[in-house]
Amino acid sequence: MRHIISILIENESGALSRVAGLFSARGYNIETLTVAPTEDTSLSRMTIVTSGSDDVIEQITKQLNKLVDVVKVVDLSEAPHVERELMLVKVRAAGKDREEMKRMSDIFRGRIIDVTETTYVIELTGNSAKLDSFIEGLDKDLILETVRTGVSGIGRGDRILKI
Amino acid sequence: MAVNMLLTGAEIVIRCLQEEKVEHVFGYPGGSVLYIYDELFKQDKVKHVLVRHEQAAVHAADAYSRSSDRIGVALVTSGPGVTNAVTGIATAYMDSVPMVIISGQVPTHYIGQDAFQECDTVGITRPCVKHNFLVKDVRELASTIKKAFYLARTGRPGPVLVDIPKNITNEKCEFDYPETVTIRSYNPVVKGHSGQIKKALKLLQEAKRPMIYTGGGVILSNAADKLTTLIRMLGFPTTQTLMGLGGFPATDRQCLGMLGMHGTYEANMAMQQCDVLLAIGARFDDRVIGNPDHFGEVKRKIIHIDIDPSSISKRVKVDVPIVGHVPEVLGELIALLEESTVKVDSKALSAWWSQIEEWRGKDCLRFKQDELIMPQFVVQKLYEVTDGDAFVTSDVGQHQMFAAQFYKFDKPRRWINSGGLGTMGVGLPYAMGVRFANPEATVACITGEASIQMCIQELSTCKQFRLPIKIINLNNRYLGMVRQWQEMFHGNRYAESYVDALPDFVKLAESYGHVGMRIERPEDVEPALRKAFTTYKDDLVFMDFITDQTANVFPMVAAGKGLSEMILAEDL
Repeated sequence: MRHIISILIENESGALSRVAGLFSARGYNIETLTVAPTEDTSLSRMTIVTSGSDDVIEQITKQLNKLVDVVKVVDLSEAPHVERELMLVKVRAAGKDREEMKRMSDIFRGRIIDVTETTYVIELTGNSAKLDSFIEGLDKDLILETVRTGVSGIGRGDRILKI
Repeated sequence: MAVNMLLTGAEIVIRCLQEEKVEHVFGYPGGSVLYIYDELFKQDKVKHVLVRHEQAAVHAADAYSRSSDRIGVALVTSGPGVTNAVTGIATAYMDSVPMVIISGQVPTHYIGQDAFQECDTVGITRPCVKHNFLVKDVRELASTIKKAFYLARTGRPGPVLVDIPKNITNEKCEFDYPETVTIRSYNPVVKGHSGQIKKALKLLQEAKRPMIYTGGGVILSNAADKLTTLIRMLGFPTTQTLMGLGGFPATDRQCLGMLGMHGTYEANMAMQQCDVLLAIGARFDDRVIGNPDHFGEVKRKIIHIDIDPSSISKRVKVDVPIVGHVPEVLGELIALLEESTVKVDSKALSAWWSQIEEWRGKDCLRFKQDELIMPQFVVQKLYEVTDGDAFVTSDVGQHQMFAAQFYKFDKPRRWINSGGLGTMGVGLPYAMGVRFANPEATVACITGEASIQMCIQELSTCKQFRLPIKIINLNNRYLGMVRQWQEMFHGNRYAESYVDALPDFVKLAESYGHVGMRIERPEDVEPALRKAFTTYKDDLVFMDFITDQTANVFPMVAAGKGLSEMILAEDL
């Protein structure tokens, strides 16, 4: 099962490698990992998308909690939450494809943020499945480059991850 | 001393060690730690023990902690000093031993430039320490060292490393050793959940076939007294893991001995067939319960007390988890038991005990002492000659298992060995660490001719510090445990397990100024041991026992098999 683990961690050098090292040392998988400082710059917030049985996920959260730099761990996917990922796609946009690309971008509520005579860069935000479908919907030959941020997530309503 | 006196980083390191009441530091100097050594030289509160290889420094510091409940400290230089130390650090980490390692590092402005004797210490040691630090500012040095000691000894203990670049040890700042330390991201649980403890008590009182299984956590948390009280109050059978030996007196009838791969028949059978299992400071590892699926075939209720939540329900699902400091939880359990009017099912319990006595009747550790010296016989005699009161260290292999099976530990912190990592070579440096922590103690190192050679250079350290360690070398000219597996599972093909070109251990010992003995006949075993522990009481004695090469360790639960699927000596 897919899980989104949110971590508040001391914003110190090496903290990321402790988390990444834990996952590789214990054979847990990481689908995506994002990290950036929070409004309190002494803390970073990390979001990890992983998958595993309930037992594995239980171990992951326990092992993460055991890391001295980790302040809090929450399995976001346990309760209502929203998740978003941002993707930038550079596509060929010349001739008849130019209009088609614009239309696709509109359908997926993307924004064209860079334009040249032959290319567009489309910015798209959504859950991972939406970004996947956008890529699916495009003509493969027209995709020049893609980059995704990985998932960020937050609990709905009163679910707050803060110290 | 003037209030605002500035101290160098090196002075601060030594002052911190003094504040922590550290009496001994095990180490080896080198370029990056020269300022620290200079400060060590200028004082005499902290004594330095010069080893002959950094691995031994860390093992000795590790055994210092294991045998005394004080914190062992190791000091090594950058680069190879650290990489040599890694085996020692990993060994301590696997057995949750508190320890502080101070390592030198190249100056901060050299870091990342592949400087001479530079390595990524924090990166290399990260997976085998509880935590580590790179000190980048001399003003953070004292608080970092304070944190290191605090982290090492609290919660689930473990080694903590502080990496100090050379320039930091020569920069100055005010010294202020914090009295307390708080780390917002680190708050280990102490008290167990009362509701859970009540539930546990109910289960225990309703048990028909109870069993108490305890591990190294009992030793590390100094809970042996409380454990003994509890077990005697309940009247239940108990078994100890390799790391837990001495947590409950081995000579007590309620003790079924060690369990696991080479555990006793009665301990393993009782583990498998109990209906309520109380696990304390133990982690159900593969050498202990064998195949977890087979273990799970018998339905039983499991109560698990441990300081580390990640040890609970890791390999075996637990019904009543209790996270807390073992002595705290046991104290609460004992208090509840004292108040309780509920009687245990004594009829069921006595039936359970008769079943256990039947298993015990198999006498699974029986062996025959013929013409050749049996290793078990040597350990038995050692036990008699030392009145069961020695500190015993061991290396890793058959001799380790024989020591665990035949030396009956009645007290905690007497049995010092590498359980988790299984590090050959620890025996001699462990004995050194034990002796420094317990200056009057009788210390025996049970080893084999292969293991001892992995840290043999420490005979020199023993000479320098006049450490009267008794080395019991069970010499079968084989990597005994490897040979046993090859005999049992690899068609008698003894690939590279024969230990060829052995030195003359007697002469080797003598060349370091120690006493050497070779013992080849069973009738000489006891007299030789007596002589070593009386005539040569104050000497290091290297006793080379030439033992039966075919001796194997039984009972045995083969890897991947169930606990009750033991191979007994009599089956072969």
